[in-house]
Amino acid sequence: MKVERCKGEPDIVHLKSFAQQLRRDALHMIYNAKSGHIGGSLGIAEYVAALYGYVMQTDSDNPLDPDRDRFVLSNGHTCATYYAALARTGHIPLSELATFRKMGSRLQGHPSRVALSPFVETSTGPLGQGFSVANGIALSIRQRASKARVYCILGDGEMQEGQVWEAFMTASHYHLSNMTVLINNNRLQIDGPVKEVMNLDNLSSRLSSFGWNVLEIDGNDMNEVVNALKEAVAYTAGPTVILGNTLMGKGVPFMEDLASWHGNCPTQEQTISALESVGCNDEYHDCKEFVK
Amino acid sequence: MYTGLKSMREAFGDALVTLGKQNEQVVVLTADLTDAIKVGEFKKLFPHRFYQMGIKESDMMGTAAGMAIDGRIPFATTFAAFATSLANQPIRVSIGYNNANVKIATSHGGMCVGADGATHQSFEDIGLMRLIPNMTIIVPCDANEAYKATMAASRIDGPVYLRFGRIPTLVVTKETDDFVVGKGNVLRKGNDIAIVATGMMVPTSLEAARELEKEGIKARVINIHTVKPLDDELILTAARECGAIVTCEEHSIIGGLGSAVSDLLAKNHPTPLSMVGVLDTFGESGEPDEILEKYHLTSRDIVAQVRHVLNKK
Repeated sequence: MKVERCKGEPDIVHLKSFAQQLRRDALHMIYNAKSGHIGGSLGIAEYVAALYGYVMQTDSDNPLDPDRDRFVLSNGHTCATYYAALARTGHIPLSELATFRKMGSRLQGHPSRVALSPFVETSTGPLGQGFSVANGIALSIRQRASKARVYCILGDGEMQEGQVWEAFMTASHYHLSNMTVLINNNRLQIDGPVKEVMNLDNLSSRLSSFGWNVLEIDGNDMNEVVNALKEAVAYTAGPTVILGNTLMGKGVPFMEDLASWHGNCPTQEQTISALESVGCNDEYHDCKEFVK
Repeated sequence: MYTGLKSMREAFGDALVTLGKQNEQVVVLTADLTDAIKVGEFKKLFPHRFYQMGIKESDMMGTAAGMAIDGRIPFATTFAAFATSLANQPIRVSIGYNNANVKIATSHGGMCVGADGATHQSFEDIGLMRLIPNMTIIVPCDANEAYKATMAASRIDGPVYLRFGRIPTLVVTKETDDFVVGKGNVLRKGNDIAIVATGMMVPTSLEAARELEKEGIKARVINIHTVKPLDDELILTAARECGAIVTCEEHSIIGGLGSAVSDLLAKNHPTPLSMVGVLDTFGESGEPDEILEKYHLTSRDIVAQVRHVLNKK
């Protein structure tokens, strides 16, 4: 399957449906694995759907195309949604989603370049690591005069890591206009609200002061996500950061905005209820390998 | 090539210039230490392939990993102490686990860093790098080897840790000497004791061997420039033929060459062993000669350990 970079007008209805599909897959995968990080996985569904469904140039038949766009999930724990997007765009078999987090799987608990090259550009998991690597890829792409672009999702809690701010400096210093960061600003982390654990208020002005083009949006609104990404592509003076306000557990009412859903696995009953919330029907039981 | 006294970091800078001309993929990153790590000439000749990263070593390692993933051959350069401990996490994950083709090239490895003192001395870097899978570790013994090691590292597809010293040291190898990554070199023949050394302790070991010869003790001196992967066969052969071994390194006796040789011998051919190295302590300011004297890194210390271990034969 081939997706050309921002080709034509975006089909928002389709992209919204794609995001819901990724949510269903993530729920299935995490229930099937009996572990995982459902809250963040649900929260980034619009980002990932917009990137893999419209914004990024990808081609599952030519995965090593040097001009393909690159994706780095710096908050690697939310990878269920990422793997689901790879499956739904033909990069990996759908049935493989049922191997998520299991021994021998290419779909490791945190994205592994070793296990899933070239679809995983860099291994992530320890927070604060992926962004620097994404910058390095963007610098190299620019050096060889390719039009490829790099997208990196960061968690807001992850921004407590010092290396993240080092990376913000680097992209700004080198005017990396082929670099776009998307922040999953759900204001929660494992130990509770970000502002209580370690305050990161006024993110927008902090980011502006680091020399970035800041676009603050509702990160779960597909229209706003797509428009912001198109604006980032059009902005050539430097790097763009999309500060998207999102909800942990978005789409599943009993999970929304609760830090406890960062890393908890839903029970069977909870999973069935959650799948109903995100539009479960027979059409979406196409991955037969999942446990029922 | 080089003769007399020459620092390894200068030879590294020369090799980078050669590499820069040969290979468009070679890029250099540094963390505000352009002159100290001798990458200024590369910067001058290839400004579009030189990346100043500021004082942020962790980000530099991650950025280098990304460049390698996209096909560059990055040399990420800074001091040994800062690279290996401050930036250990990105080296572990973004470089090691990814098996990214990054060359971590460091100066100021060891205790002879001038008067900067304990924080800038690096005696645990080899140990930290040995623990990371996929990492090749090369510790040249002089400027000629530093040049060859740099060239060789660029031909390895995977992470390499290169450790250079700060001060000019005696050049003891020749341009024509073999340099094969993973293969040690016997610099002096002998069957009474084997001195297995790395880095600038190699010239010191040769000096010790000359002293020992006056006492009628014939020491085999082995230069282990590649600490990982270790040349097991060369060391085991020495253990069988000499019956006793002394390891020498400008590094802690914990985790470095001495530990690696000790592991190898304990598992395969238990042999009386003694180690010359830093004795699990921090350093301090001082002139190189004073530091080497106080921290037991002289040829006299090697001779003393040889005598000690020969009693156990």
